Amino acid sequence: MNRAAKALAVPALLLVAAEIATRLSGTTSLAVAPPSSVAVALLAALGDGTMLAATRDTLACAFGGLFVGGAIGLVLGLLFGLVRPLDRLMELTVEAIRPIPSVALIPIGMLSLGFGYSFEIAIVAFACVWTMLIMTRAAIGGIEPRLLEVSRALRLSTLQRIFKIVIPAALPRIIVAFRLAAGFALVVAVTVEIAANPQGMGYGILIAQQSLSPQLMLAYLLWIGLVGYGLNVLLSLAQQRLLGRAAMGEVRQ
Amino acid sequence: MNGRRVLWLAGSFLVAAGFVWIWQWIADHRLISPVFLPGPDRAWAALVKGMTDGDLTEKLFATIRRMIYGWLLASLVGIALGAAIGTSKALREYLAPMFEFLRPLPASAIIPVAIALLGLSDPMALAVIAFGSLWPVLLATIHGFSAVEPRLYEVGRALRLSRPAVIFKIALPSASPDILAGMRLGLTVALILSVVCEMLAGRDGLGNWILLSARSFRAPDLYAGVILLGVLGYVSSMAIAAVEHRLLIWRGRAR
Repeated sequence: MNRAAKALAVPALLLVAAEIATRLSGTTSLAVAPPSSVAVALLAALGDGTMLAATRDTLACAFGGLFVGGAIGLVLGLLFGLVRPLDRLMELTVEAIRPIPSVALIPIGMLSLGFGYSFEIAIVAFACVWTMLIMTRAAIGGIEPRLLEVSRALRLSTLQRIFKIVIPAALPRIIVAFRLAAGFALVVAVTVEIAANPQGMGYGILIAQQSLSPQLMLAYLLWIGLVGYGLNVLLSLAQQRLLGRAAMGEVRQ
Repeated sequence: MNGRRVLWLAGSFLVAAGFVWIWQWIADHRLISPVFLPGPDRAWAALVKGMTDGDLTEKLFATIRRMIYGWLLASLVGIALGAAIGTSKALREYLAPMFEFLRPLPASAIIPVAIALLGLSDPMALAVIAFGSLWPVLLATIHGFSAVEPRLYEVGRALRLSRPAVIFKIALPSASPDILAGMRLGLTVALILSVVCEMLAGRDGLGNWILLSARSFRAPDLYAGVILLGVLGYVSSMAIAAVEHRLLIWRGRAR
């Protein structure tokens, strides 16, 4: 048996078993539904556009937060990496704020921003800042010292050194950080929607559960899984294209 | 710790104190409405009051209990399953692709399903927390076990070790750095999911406390809860870093 067949064997078996079990027992459970009716619910929700609109809302917030938080994290990471005294002076402040779980900010966001896009984007941004900051700082710390010696030997100015040596040398690891943060952003966006914000896929799955429609709830779960998986595949393809063979070495590290 | 390091730490303490002072200044001058942003003095007073004659300590321990139980359950299941899958090539080929699909799934998306199955109950929260922190541990364990130096297995065969002996004497120690890294990530996930479950299911704990405080516009109480959650996140990551350091001390020596 080849690899693809082996990979699909167990999920297919589980799906068939679930189908037979739910059909035979004639369940009226509010939590499980036969896979076939989940598929029907998924197609129906995709067809009438509700699920696609929810996906758009969630992705807009995830990417909005990723760019805001990623940009802040990148700038701070570059600053802290290049100016060591600043990094040491900010150490305690960063270490005091970083461990706050992003979901703990949900009530603060609710109170000060109200429900909607900006609330969700702010929480996602907070979650993304730290990954970017810490990995960018580490990327700059890990630059081959001889490259910096070269820049001194060539008498490059500080700006030239940053743009010609530091950023290109740190770029592969910064892109890895961005990919990690992107995965994070989707998770946090869905979590915010489930916990509080009435929009997007997270709210969709919560409402499907509360309206006692297990097939739609499971369809949303499947769809959220597919979106997460698709995003992951796209990002690793992008990473490989952007970095070529350098990407593979970074992944192994 | 040398003198320079102490000096830098003192400097970074001063900077942090400066930020708290700016926060106080903003609150005192009402640049941001005190409904949203109480000063650090009021947040601190609410924290002290809640810990001494309120039930904030109780809520804190409820959250810690939930987080630790879920995390321990996930770690046990994750390491056992991961060891079985990581040491068997056949199992890996059949199951690993399915796990790769499930890994990016936001664990919180499972909460509505868990509520439908188990209701708004403590077992529901436990199941969600365990499910969420299972993945980092499981995947790290599988990776750790499948990346064991093959020559070590050859040594095991030469010494005619039984399969459990191979697992406990060779594979587990060799995979322990990966497993601990997975458990560290799992603990972070467990804290996040504890808070979310408490918010959604109204179970007693800090998550519920901060949500109720926000809904009734008790901002100082809200900030007190957020500060406690930050401390909890910090202490738990410090604790697991200390455990990691102790357990992996042989690695530094081997190098």
